Amino acid sequence: MMLLIYLAMGLVTLAGTVVVLSREPARQAVSLSVFGLMLAILFVTVQAPDVALSQLAIGTAVVPLMIMLTIQKLGGRQ
Amino acid sequence: MSPRARLVLFAAVTPVFAVLFFLAARGLPSFGSDFHPYGDRAVAVAIEQRATDNVVSSVNFDQRAVDTLGEEFILFGSVIGTLVLLRPSPEERQVGQRSAGRVLPTTRLAGYLLLPVSVLVGLYVIAHGQLSPGGGFQGGVVLATGWHLLYVAGRYLAMRRAAPPTVLEITESLGAAAFAAVGLAGLGLGGAFLANVLPTGSRGELLSGGTVPLLNAAVGVEVAAAVVLLLAAFLEQAVVLRRVDYQDQR
Amino acid sequence: MSVLPYLVAGWLFLVGCHGLVTSRNLVHAVACLTVTQSATYVLLLAVGFRAGATAPVFSDIPVGTRVVDPVVQALTLTDIVVSATITAVLLALTIQIHKRHGTVNPDELRALRD
Repeated sequence: MMLLIYLAMGLVTLAGTVVVLSREPARQAVSLSVFGLMLAILFVTVQAPDVALSQLAIGTAVVPLMIMLTIQKLGGRQ
Repeated sequence: MSPRARLVLFAAVTPVFAVLFFLAARGLPSFGSDFHPYGDRAVAVAIEQRATDNVVSSVNFDQRAVDTLGEEFILFGSVIGTLVLLRPSPEERQVGQRSAGRVLPTTRLAGYLLLPVSVLVGLYVIAHGQLSPGGGFQGGVVLATGWHLLYVAGRYLAMRRAAPPTVLEITESLGAAAFAAVGLAGLGLGGAFLANVLPTGSRGELLSGGTVPLLNAAVGVEVAAAVVLLLAAFLEQAVVLRRVDYQDQR
Repeated sequence: MSVLPYLVAGWLFLVGCHGLVTSRNLVHAVACLTVTQSATYVLLLAVGFRAGATAPVFSDIPVGTRVVDPVVQALTLTDIVVSATITAVLLALTIQIHKRHGTVNPDELRALRD
C-alpha cells in the first residue's frame, strides 16, 4: 500500500513538473489534465475517495476545458 | 519588474523557503502517524450522534457547515465575476454557425447514449452523499459536464434553448438561498445557525444524517448551475462571438 | 518516520511558483497557479493520512475501524471547487486583457503601460 502511495506521489511530482515546463498553452492543457488524473489516483491511494471524485470531475475535465476554450478564443483573433 | 529581476528574486527566496518548509515538515506529525485527535472526534460525532456514514459529508454539511456556506458564496461571487467579465463587448457579435458543424454519427450516438447515464450518475452521487463517497459538489459537476454531451453531439442551440442563462442564474441563486434557508431554519428551531434540526434517522438509510441530504441537494443544484453557466460563458466566447472586423481579416 | 510526502507538496508549490515567475503567457501562468494550488491538496491529505487505515466512510465497514482523518479531506474538497472557480475568474480576466490590449504576454503588457 505504501509502495502505491509513493509511486503515485512520484507520478504527481513528474506530471506537475511537466505542466510547468510545457510552454505551449494547448499542450499544457493536456498535460494539466494528466496531472489532474495523477492527483486523483494519489487521492485514492491515500484513502480519500470523496476528494478523488471531486478532483477527477474538476481537475481533469472542467479546468482543462476552460483553458482550452480560452486558448481557442485568444487564437481565433490573431 | 523585469523578467530577469523576477528570476533573481525567485532564486534568492527559493532556498530560504525550501529550508523553512523542510524544518516545518520535520515538525509535523510524521506521514501515516496515528495522531489525529480532531479526526477521531469528527468520526465519533458523525457516527454516534448524527448517523451519517460518510464522515467527510458530515464534516462538510453538518459539523462545519458554516465553512461550506462561506465557500458557497465564494463560488457564487466568482461565477458572477466571470459572467460580468465575459459579457459580449460592443464590438463583438455572433457570427458563424451556431450549431457545431459536422458531427460524426458515432459521436452523436455516444453523446445521446451517455447523456442519460451521466445525469443519472450525477443525481445518484448527490443523493447518496451521506452514505457513500460523493455529494453535492461532485454530483453537481458530473451533472454539469454530462449536460455538455449535448454540445459534443452537436446540439449547441438545443442546449442553449433548454437551459437559458437566466433560468440557470435563478437556479444557482435558489441553490445558494436554500442553503442559507436551511441554516436559518436551524437557527429558528435548534437555536444555532445551521443546527441539524431534522431527525437523523438510522445509519445506512437514504434519508439519514438530518439536514445533510438537504444541504447536499442545495449544493448540488448550485454547483451544477454554476458550472453550466461558467462553461456556457467560455463556450460562447470561444465558439460564437467574433469581433466585427473578423470577416474583413479573412 | 517520513517527510517525503510533505516535500512533494513543497516541490509542487515551488515548481508552480517558478512557472508563474518565468511565464510569458497569462494562460500558462493560470495553469501554473493550478499546480501551486494542488500543493495544498497534497499537503492536507498527507497530514491526514494514517498508515493501514481505510477511507472515512462507514457504510460497509464496522464502527471502530481505523480510518484516515476526514476533516482535512473535507477541507481539500471545498478547496478544489474554490480553486476551479478562481481559475475561471482569472481566465475571464485574461480574455478581457486580450480584448483590450491584444496580447497576453505579461512583459508586453508592462511595456504597454510604461
